[in-house]
Amino acid sequence: MSATPAIAVADLVKQYGDRRALDGLTLSVAPGEVFGLLGPNGAGKTTTVEILEGYREPDAGVVRVLGLDPVRDGARLRPRIGVMLQEGGLYPGLTAREVLRLFAAYYAEPDDPMALLARVGLEDAARTMVRRLSGGQRQRLSLAAALIGRPQVVFLDEPTAGMDPHARATTWRLVRDLAEREVTVMLTTHAMDEAEHLCDRVAIIDHGRVVASGRPTELTRSLARDEVELVSEPGIDVAALAGALGLGSERVRERRPGEYVVAAPGTPDLVADLAAWMRDRGHRIDVLHTGRRSLEEVFLRLTGDDAPTGVPGP
Amino acid sequence: MRAVLAQSRAELALTLRRGESLLVSFAIPIGILVFFAEVAPVSTDLDDPVAFLVPGVLALAVMSTAMVSLAIATGYERRYGVLKRLGSTPLSRGGLLAAKTVNVLAIEVLQAVVVVATGVLLGWRATGGLVLAVVFLLLGTVAFAGIGLLMAGTLRAEATLALANGCFLVLLFLGGMAYPLEDLPRILRDVAQVLPAAALSESVRAACTPGVAVPTWSVVVLALWAVGAPVLAARAFRWEE
Repeated sequence: MSATPAIAVADLVKQYGDRRALDGLTLSVAPGEVFGLLGPNGAGKTTTVEILEGYREPDAGVVRVLGLDPVRDGARLRPRIGVMLQEGGLYPGLTAREVLRLFAAYYAEPDDPMALLARVGLEDAARTMVRRLSGGQRQRLSLAAALIGRPQVVFLDEPTAGMDPHARATTWRLVRDLAEREVTVMLTTHAMDEAEHLCDRVAIIDHGRVVASGRPTELTRSLARDEVELVSEPGIDVAALAGALGLGSERVRERRPGEYVVAAPGTPDLVADLAAWMRDRGHRIDVLHTGRRSLEEVFLRLTGDDAPTGVPGP
Repeated sequence: MRAVLAQSRAELALTLRRGESLLVSFAIPIGILVFFAEVAPVSTDLDDPVAFLVPGVLALAVMSTAMVSLAIATGYERRYGVLKRLGSTPLSRGGLLAAKTVNVLAIEVLQAVVVVATGVLLGWRATGGLVLAVVFLLLGTVAFAGIGLLMAGTLRAEATLALANGCFLVLLFLGGMAYPLEDLPRILRDVAQVLPAAALSESVRAACTPGVAVPTWSVVVLALWAVGAPVLAARAFRWEE
């Protein structure tokens, strides 16, 4: 990671009345990184992003974007960032092209509005009023407005919410393009596949603090389960299977009819023994699953009501 | 500077695309001018109804643009998150305010041209201190813009829409614009004396009428609104609904 982070946040606290929206949140994003903020509703994702954008001031803690304080140095920071709000932000009575031309005029060296419209797949909607655009089209125009000023840091609050798969693919490609041009991207999302595909690093936040952070693969590996899942026909002799695998009989169980769980690490030896036993008995193997959890499982495990506290460390 | 110009152009385009806003800004003032001059001539202590009406309708035009149009447009910009979004662009608050000022003044100039032209067609002859009248109209613009922005920055968009139109109607009745304040019952006349509409129309009318002294009370009331309303708006304005 580079010496000066593009975004650095330390011990952020934000209180709304009785509710503590942020409770000592700390994170750091390197230049050119695509960083994902994940968390359940109300975890503090939007509050964090809006503090970084300069909309809110934290009650305590230090915030730096490109080395600047978003509130105190806002006039110097705003020309260098791009913002996509979770919703709204566009004049309903202007056309898509007029919106981008207007936003282009705010910046010293903006991108070309028509070229950018084409990049987000809206060239055919250039003369359409914002109020007549579909939800997904508005999202893409919002994204274009965030990029028109050639920002160094881009904040995207749920950029693909409400998009069809095609628009989503376009958006993902654009975000990866940004990363290649060394633009730093911070995005929030509910979609775990989005985070896994798009983000170099993610932080899972819950109750206003980071409960886990790292590369998506690190997070999923860190919670790799010592379990093998097997789907086959119902009624297999689990005790015999456990014996064949050299395990105690309680280590293999039929969770639901036809769904088996072997409570042991899915080593190559174990999988080979299991497959041989199944072949000898004439059972089919519909699904065999070993290894890491999906990010979604990590997320649910860490942010659920029975979430373990503080694992793994950031 | 480029940003303020582009913003002004966009604001103007948006205003000209809002049919209902043009109705309030142009059709109603002209309608009142023609109706009370020709169809049912208002009787005043001035010789010609048009001499009474043109200054009053200019005041009405200012009220429609600076208060009603500005309030509704800004209220919905707040509702749609536009104001919030602009807050993270390099366009400063001052720049946005400048663009809105350009927009309001441009529409007011158009209104004034149309109102004066109609008045001239109806026999009005421009006399008196027109410079002073313009100063009062500008003062009225500041006062009504303050009231409009106070509504837009504190109420929900629908409430702003309703209240701005309601105020427009009430202040039209109590504004000494279409008919003299003396035609009102005593109690309403007293109320009208402290409101900005009558203060503006009486000041402008006096400035336009040779030999009539500018009423001190009206100018003081107008000036107080022109200071108080914007100060209150600036303090109470919330950028997000």
